[in-house]
Parts: sequence; C-alpha cells; structure tokens
Amino acid sequence: MKTCLVVDDSSVIRKVARRILEGLEFAITEAEDGEQALSECQRELPDAVLLDWNMPRMDGYEFLRALRRLPGGDRPKVVFCTTENDVAHIARALHAGANEYIMKPFDKDIVEAKFQEVGLI
Amino acid sequence: MTSNEYDYLRKLLKDRSGLVLSADKQYLVESRLLPIARRLGLTKLSELVPKLKVPGAEPLIVEVVEAMTTNESFFFRDKVPFDHFRETVVPALLAARAQERRIRIWCAAASTGQEPYSIAMCVKEMAAKLAGWRIEIIGTDLSVEVLEKAKAGVYSQFEVQRGLPINMLVKYFVQSGETWQIAPELRAMVQYRPLNLLVDFAHLGNFDVIFCRNVLIYFDQPTKIDVLVRLARITPADGFLMLGAAETVVGLTDTFRPVPERRGLCVPTKGDAKAAPAKPKAPESPRLAVAAGGR
Ligand SMILES: C[S@@+](CC[C@H](N)C(=O)[O-])C[C@H]1O[C@@H](n2cnc3c(N)ncnc32)[C@H](O)[C@@H]1O
Repeated sequence: MKTCLVVDDSSVIRKVARRILEGLEFAITEAEDGEQALSECQRELPDAVLLDWNMPRMDGYEFLRALRRLPGGDRPKVVFCTTENDVAHIARALHAGANEYIMKPFDKDIVEAKFQEVGLI
Repeated sequence: MTSNEYDYLRKLLKDRSGLVLSADKQYLVESRLLPIARRLGLTKLSELVPKLKVPGAEPLIVEVVEAMTTNESFFFRDKVPFDHFRETVVPALLAARAQERRIRIWCAAASTGQEPYSIAMCVKEMAAKLAGWRIEIIGTDLSVEVLEKAKAGVYSQFEVQRGLPINMLVKYFVQSGETWQIAPELRAMVQYRPLNLLVDFAHLGNFDVIFCRNVLIYFDQPTKIDVLVRLARITPADGFLMLGAAETVVGLTDTFRPVPERRGLCVPTKGDAKAAPAKPKAPESPRLAVAAGGR
C-alpha cells in the first residue's frame, strides 16, 4: 500500500482528502503545517504528499524546498492542493520541484487524475 | 409522451445524427428536451413533437438533435492514444512523408476542442522533430454549439484539471480569472467546421491520421460500418485511425485492422498487400496474420 502525507491546516480539507485517498488505496498520515510535515518526512518518507500552500509556521512552498534537500527527498511525489490558483504560484511550485498542482476547489476525479498523471496510481 | 411520440423522436434522431436510443431511454430524452419545450412555453414533450413536423421547423430540429448529443470530453482523454500518437504515429509519418513534409490530422468528433488541442500540444512538444513540417489539424462536429466553445478555447478550472498535466497548462494556456484560454498560437493550429459523419465527407480530402473517438458508440452497427468504410477511403495506405477505448473495427469491417499492442489504433488493410506482396496468403506475414486473427 502506498503512503500519502496530507498537509493542510484545515481539518475539514484533511478529512476530505483522507476519504478520497483512502478510496484510492493510500495509507494516510496527516500534518497541520509544514513544520509537522517535515518532521514526519524526517522520520519516514511517504510515496506522496498532498500539500496546501498557506499554513502557519512553515508554508507549503518552504516545506517543499526543505523536503527536496533531505536525503532521498527527491523521491516523494508532491501534489500541491491550494487556493493559490494563479499561474505565478504554479510556476514557482513547479520550479521548486512540485510534480503536480491541484487548484481548489477540487473533487475526487481531479485528485485521481493528478495522482495518475504522476504515476502514483 | 406516448410511445408513438417517442418513436417519432427516436427515428428523427437516428436519421439526423445516427444516435440510437433503446425503448427504455425515454427518461433521457425527457431530461434533455424538456428545457427546450419549456423555453417555447410548453409544459410537456408531447407538445414539442408536433412543432417538429411543421414547415420551418428546421432550426428547432437542429436544436433538438444537438441537445441529444453527449459532448463530454477531456484533455488527453485515456492518455494512451496520445502516447501512440507521439511514439507510433508521428515517427511512422516522419519517415513516410519525408518528401511532402506535411501531415493532415482530422478530429471527426471534436466536441468542445479538448481532443484537437491535446493533439496540437503533442505536436508542439515534438517541435524539434517537426521543424519545417506543415501540420494541419481539422476539428469537426455535428453540433455547432460545441464548436463555438472549441473555437473560443476557454475552459473552467475543473475542465483543465482532468487529464491535463500541469506543465502543459502553464505552457499552453492563458489565465483569465477563474478560466483558462488556449494560447493564441495553439488555437491557430486547429481549424473547426461543422460536419455530420452521416453525410459524405470525401470533400475534406485525405487524412494521414483520423481521430474518431467516442462517437461510433452511439451508432447502430450498419451506421458504424458505413462510417468506417468511408473513413478508410480517405485514409492513405500508410495512414492511421484512432478509435475510443470502447470502440473497435473487429467484427465490423475489413477495411481497417487494429495495430497489435496499441489499443485504439488501427491501420487500413489496403496497406497490407503492399507490405507482403510475395505471399498474399502467408499466415506468417504479420499484417495479414493480424487481419485474419482479428476476426
Ligand atoms: C462524447 S463526444 C467525443 C469527444 C472527443 N472525441 C472525445 O473522445 O473526448 C461525442 C461528439 O460526437 C458528436 N457527434 C454525435 N453524432 C455525430 C455525427 N453524426 N456527426 C458528427 N459528430 C457527431 C457530438 O456532437 C459530440 O460532440
């Protein structure tokens, strides 16, 4: 079973994402912000990260840059999932090593399509 | 709606667009056509039917026929056809058309444009190999309404997130608030025009590649065969036909045969004789062996 770390400061979004991803047969861990997510990744690297942008303490962008510097940190597929829907943010995320990008609001089909796109399903 | 009225609509749709509806699809007709009836101030579909029979009903008939079409489409729908296009079709044509340096592509059920624009993106991504080549992409559909949307090339946030890789979105679209429009240089690569597949299309000329996906599924067997046979006439011996995931030529016609290991991709059998002229009946000839095995 593949693992996915869901990083979002909204517990509602985490719950929605968990339900969708468990339906796609992922084992889920959750984090509320970038800092928590980073310590999760230092403990164990997941196969995938579903990542919000705006969060307290460490935002998604900073987390991504830190993750990619960890040993083996280039391996997890990172899919942003955010309301930062402008092309400038998307380009920045891709430049920092994001694999895919979901613009909120999203639905199950979009998550599935994006995870397929990066070869996770 | 009486069964007579339903039968009248079924026949009208079959004659006009090829759409076959079984006896139990009355609910579908109701849900698609009721909005039209309401707009005309009618309360029931039974009142719409007589209006389709009077002189001058043509615009209303067109509206009814278009309302019954299923226009759903996605960018890079089913993914593999576009892999086949890049990895099998284009390399074969690069060799076969080295003289003319011209490739003609037809999307025969273009709907709202996602398919022709996906092809255009593939072409753009192969720009280095195709430098100096003329690539023509023509998108046609029965429905004028979907073609308007295709021409505008404006898609919602939901539409651009199903099947379209994010780097393609960044590269080939222009953002405008909540919507995304195909970039002008990509839009300029595709020409759109209305065309009914039931009607003669030989005037379009020959095509090296025909995408005819997710439209034959709505037709009955004789109509599928008729369309496929006419498609074969305008496909050169070394051309290609791409069908949808639920569609096949097997059991319908010998004019095309599936390419092994390339789901959805077919080639005209008129190329087979040329590929194995010495032993026309030899089962070991790969092209003929597959043609026979496919039946
Ligand atoms: C489901 S869409 C397929 C779009 C695209 N090829 C794809 O696979 O995503 C089917 C399209 O076929 C068109 N269509 C239906 N009957 C047709 C006919 N007789 N001639 C031409 N187009 C037709 C409909 O208007 C509709 O846009």
